[in-house]
Amino acid sequence: MVENLLTEKLTATDPMLPGLFRIHRILKESYDTFTVELVSLEGYQTFPFEAGQFNMLYVYGVGEIPVSISGDPLHPETLVHTTRVVGTVTRAMRELKIGDVIGVRGPFGSAWPVQAAKGNDLVFVAGGIGLAPLRPALYQILAQRDRYGKIVLLYGCRSPEDILFRKELEKWRARFDLEIYVTVDYANTRWHGNVGVVTKLIPKAPFDPLNTIAMVCGPEVMMRFTAIELQKRGVNPDNIYISMERNMKCAVGFCGHCQFGPTFICKNGPVYPYSQMQNWLAMWEI
Amino acid sequence: MKTFDAILKETRFFQDLKPEYIDIIAGCGSNARFDPGDYIFREGEPANTFYLIRHGQVVIELHDPRRGQLPIYTVHEDDILGWSWLFPPYKWHFSARAVSLTRAIALDGACLRGKCDADTDLGYELMKRFAAIVIDRLHATRLQVLDIYG
Repeated sequence: MVENLLTEKLTATDPMLPGLFRIHRILKESYDTFTVELVSLEGYQTFPFEAGQFNMLYVYGVGEIPVSISGDPLHPETLVHTTRVVGTVTRAMRELKIGDVIGVRGPFGSAWPVQAAKGNDLVFVAGGIGLAPLRPALYQILAQRDRYGKIVLLYGCRSPEDILFRKELEKWRARFDLEIYVTVDYANTRWHGNVGVVTKLIPKAPFDPLNTIAMVCGPEVMMRFTAIELQKRGVNPDNIYISMERNMKCAVGFCGHCQFGPTFICKNGPVYPYSQMQNWLAMWEI
Repeated sequence: MKTFDAILKETRFFQDLKPEYIDIIAGCGSNARFDPGDYIFREGEPANTFYLIRHGQVVIELHDPRRGQLPIYTVHEDDILGWSWLFPPYKWHFSARAVSLTRAIALDGACLRGKCDADTDLGYELMKRFAAIVIDRLHATRLQVLDIYG
């Protein structure tokens, strides 16, 4: 309780001021993707957040980027982020060692509808690194598994080498109360799994479309086509949630860098009902 | 034991097809079984059959002299495998290999081609259904070549 209040104070008083966090652990997820586990240097023992939210991570002297939280909301003792090496900041972040310090602002943004989804079937559709922002919701839901109907995870990535959280996926796959289907775009004959885009898994996935909440995260093109396939199955667009990504800078809705139509992704998003975004997604030059 | 026509009626592909057409198609069917690693057909061979996969998983492949066999797309239970039997030059453009033990109904496309020519309503029905598969796979392939996760 005290820790929660202290953390809330940190983010509420000055959202532009990064807190200091030490790198506690680094995990290599694939050739270009890694996970960092962070602990506070300022005496905060927990970092409460909701599944789907993001933080601004600051590599001192290099720059700041938004990264979704990929850890377990029920275990906020460490702050977990998974990111791919795509630019200057992530490249510098990959070079950091255990014990190095980075700045953290957050958590920011809207969350997956984990509570509202109770009683429904759940379909998670992840593309590539998009599995990372969905993982906190999966942790939270699996911790209270009996409150939900069927749970299906459909995961697509470029190749078998790009599959994230392999050990966790294997562990989850061993459960009888969670269906996991993985597909890749490119493979060689050593891969015995599915080949093809993730949207092709939707028509046969075992869920009741009239009683389903879908949570979708991945590249925008993939999310658009996923939403189309889910609607073909009969899922209501109000029950499809997507996580948007734009050039977030201030993370509190001041700077306008991430404005998308009438909303700021950092403040009103990143998680939106698809019904709210579908008309904007197909628009050019927005 | 279920008859072919009863099995065909339950599939997505043949759903709502007139019973008399189901009977014609079922008359061209036979059971097929493939062990993991078996090739169902190979690129360049005559295409005179198509398959309704009843159980198992089949990968469609292309051979590249430098990189070997390249898996392109996986088909599963209740999927249709093969449309080259319907279009000249009636040769397979890709190969298909069973990934796991696969049971299927093999349908004699050469026999069906003749029946479709004789009964153009049947031909049109089948053509519409195969066109839907082709469009669906074309859309999927477009996304696949975009390398959207890159």
